[in-house]
Amino acid sequence: MSQSHTVNLSGHKMDENKPLNAKDKHWAAVKKYWYLITLIVPVAILMSAGLAYVTGQGAWMWLLATVFWGVIPIVDAFVREDSFNPTAEQEMELQKESAYYKKVLYVATLMNWVGLVAMTYVVVSGTWSWFHIVGAFLSVGALHAIGLTMSHELGHKMNDKTQVLFAQIGSACSGYAHFNIEHNKGHHKDVATPEDPASSKMGENIYKFALRELPGAAKRGWTLEAERLKRQNRPAFSLHNELLQSSLITVVGYTAMTYFFGLAALPFLLVCAAYGWFQLTMANYIEHYGLLRQTLENGRYERCQPHHSWNNNFKASNLLTLHLQRHSDHHAHPTRAYQLLRDYADAPQLPQGYPAMMGLALVPAAWRYVMDERVVDWAKGDMTKVNIDPAKREELFRKFHQEADISEEAKAA
Amino acid sequence: MAQYQCPDCGYIYNETEGCEREGYAAGTKWEAIPEDFPCPDCFVREKPDFVEVSSS
Repeated sequence: MSQSHTVNLSGHKMDENKPLNAKDKHWAAVKKYWYLITLIVPVAILMSAGLAYVTGQGAWMWLLATVFWGVIPIVDAFVREDSFNPTAEQEMELQKESAYYKKVLYVATLMNWVGLVAMTYVVVSGTWSWFHIVGAFLSVGALHAIGLTMSHELGHKMNDKTQVLFAQIGSACSGYAHFNIEHNKGHHKDVATPEDPASSKMGENIYKFALRELPGAAKRGWTLEAERLKRQNRPAFSLHNELLQSSLITVVGYTAMTYFFGLAALPFLLVCAAYGWFQLTMANYIEHYGLLRQTLENGRYERCQPHHSWNNNFKASNLLTLHLQRHSDHHAHPTRAYQLLRDYADAPQLPQGYPAMMGLALVPAAWRYVMDERVVDWAKGDMTKVNIDPAKREELFRKFHQEADISEEAKAA
Repeated sequence: MAQYQCPDCGYIYNETEGCEREGYAAGTKWEAIPEDFPCPDCFVREKPDFVEVSSS
């Protein structure tokens, strides 16, 4: 085993000696094919667009939205945990087959574009009620959410030009060009600190977070890319700018659809894209809520540890999100491919998978009811260790901080 | 020419090749790389974390 490999495995906390029963062994063997669920996303969009067009029943356009917000959380609630956690030996096996896992994503990325084209055509060419159009909008939003998840996976493989290209094609589908740059170089560097616009603070509701995250991430993405081009002695506005490259794909695709399908295509595409961004915002919101890296004596933040991400090991939502919910391992080793990501038994846990938690986040009071206690437990009652919204600081300290009274008394004395 | 490896993902900075995609030309010495240089693959380790490896 090479030295780098040994280092790679550090922080690996799962119990490799735990015996697997026959059912778990079977699952480990067939899981490979279950990743094809990723292809079901564009297939569902294509099917629903086709069925709506042929039958005239606009309710079909709700299909993918229903799968995302309804079917997955329900399956999660019954099927629950994924027992498969690759051992070092299984990891080697999975790595041998990495071409397969990449191909699934390449095909799905291209199919997502086809699905978007088909749904846009059906929406603008028929006479639908507002209810049907809302269904199409939510379904395309779910398509974009999964599309950005795939783009996220591919975009981390910066040393592989093909994967980076498909990451760009993927993020271009929802017009989120800056995502890959800002995510790798910005979010992963600053995660779980108040400086990161893509890490939510305790007490900050999803809507307030969105107003900080959306512009903050766009600005950071542009700045990082401009800096890179400056080092290469190239102007920021050039075809070497990866952010502009992805935007160009969006402009060409959206313009072509508007030209061929009619002017009504453009507002539909733009509103769906904006909602796609918001779906990503929801994912960012739940991944690090309240978690904070401590400042070291040298003034730098401690390195991102497994306890700086919220995880969920449910089977169905993990397949759909390419193991994004095994988020601690992802942040520990951002280049690790999705099929290799592992569950950390003692990392912070969300009570449900991402789709259900995203729904919860939309109702701030419900979100805080479920999550605030978890953050306090995580910090062992010491609110100075929490990434807190300054506007809610006093309120949250008063409510939860377990040493506040002593220090306040000391100050008063 | 010396080589330096990221202790997380295994990326190797080779002075002969530099890292063109991040704007560090071939031949750029490790000393000339800024302290806050992040690993150009995983971005979660920085220059001070890199480990020198023997060139092959």
